[in-house]
Amino acid sequence: MIGFLKHSWWKVLCISILIYVILGGLLFDAPEMPVIRQTIRNVYFHVGMWFAMLFILFLGMINSILFLRTGKSQYDIKSLSMVNVGLIFGLLGLITGMIWAQNTWGAFWVNDPKLNGAAIGVLVYLAYLVLRASVEDEDKSARLSAVYSVFAFIMFFMFIMIIPRLASSSIHPGLDGNPALATGDLDPSMRKIFWPAAIGWIMLSYWMAEIVFRLRRLRNKVEEVESE
Amino acid sequence: MANPTLLLVYKDILLEVKSKSAFGSIILYLVSTVFVCFLAFDGIVTMKVWNALFWIILLFASFNSILKSFIQESPDRSIYYYTLVSPTAYINAKLVFNTFMMLVLALIALIVFLIFMGNVVSNLMAFIIVVGFGVVGISSVLTLMSAIASKVRNNFTLVSILSFPVFLPQLLVLMRASESAINGRLFIDFYPDILISFVISLIAMLLSNTLFPYIWQD
Repeated sequence: MIGFLKHSWWKVLCISILIYVILGGLLFDAPEMPVIRQTIRNVYFHVGMWFAMLFILFLGMINSILFLRTGKSQYDIKSLSMVNVGLIFGLLGLITGMIWAQNTWGAFWVNDPKLNGAAIGVLVYLAYLVLRASVEDEDKSARLSAVYSVFAFIMFFMFIMIIPRLASSSIHPGLDGNPALATGDLDPSMRKIFWPAAIGWIMLSYWMAEIVFRLRRLRNKVEEVESE
Repeated sequence: MANPTLLLVYKDILLEVKSKSAFGSIILYLVSTVFVCFLAFDGIVTMKVWNALFWIILLFASFNSILKSFIQESPDRSIYYYTLVSPTAYINAKLVFNTFMMLVLALIALIVFLIFMGNVVSNLMAFIIVVGFGVVGISSVLTLMSAIASKVRNNFTLVSILSFPVFLPQLLVLMRASESAINGRLFIDFYPDILISFVISLIAMLLSNTLFPYIWQD
């Protein structure tokens, strides 16, 4: 038990934070706002998903760079696992955003720099998976996709950081530059759930990526043993 | 002519001139696409449609042309280059050559467009400048993507899948700039858009230079 807590204290913390976020997000008082009304509670989930996605994809890019520099396949497997998890969070972010948009803007999708940025991010990483799948030689596939993921992440990041600031108008909050939200819009009473939510989802994304990584590594080992 | 980059560019241009059929086929592709659009969009070509069609057609023609500059190199020849020049010289040569080729393509596309789709552009000089920077942007992003895709089967599908999301931001900026030019705004009014596009191109070129050595090995 002590050993478990020593290694996995952050997992316990992550679960406790997320339980707090889900209960608090649904039950605590949220300020009554025009148009969005109580759907503002979605901020804890929708924005949290994007935070987690950006975080885990950034780590994925770092692992791709490490792989290119060292050639160790564990970094490649790690970055692939992180992209997998990043895509899950990206898709969840899209879904929560679309439901929210339907309820407040009246359409699932509008032509807006921020929404386009989100779509591009998901497309980039789907393309990454296609690239991986279409090369048979494992070493070659790893190298090609690592190069692509570094290139694509930097271009994607520039897009979501630069373009929305230049746009003259955006229906999505946060025109002042923060890609996810306008910090000023956040009512003080919501901050005590919002920031834990961001941290909790980020921790969960890392945890998930770690599990996927371990699963993939085990599978590779099994394949190695079987082929011998 | 001692510089390996320039030598490689010279070689690529020579190859292109000698095998006219390849370049000719892309020109034909351009002309027939524009012609199909002329027939299909009969009478409904507004400024916005004109602009959108121009960039989409140019983009698809460039997928063809830039990918071709990589897959026409046989594996044996690639190994030969490998022993001769550094990877950065090679990718820079491709960047220069592709930009040059795309400039020629874009000019032809513009002429064909003006003939078939009519001239809706009020400030043609500014539009040409936008297209020039757009071409630099296209070749800076697509060169590395084609280098990746050329190592894989089904390259044409793959190069589109890989490049679209990466190039889209720049395309949106460029289309906004060229729309301003079509509307007759002065260049000075929308030069920030061009500047952004150019900065993104520079970063893309820099990344191509740092990343290409890793995929050059096979």
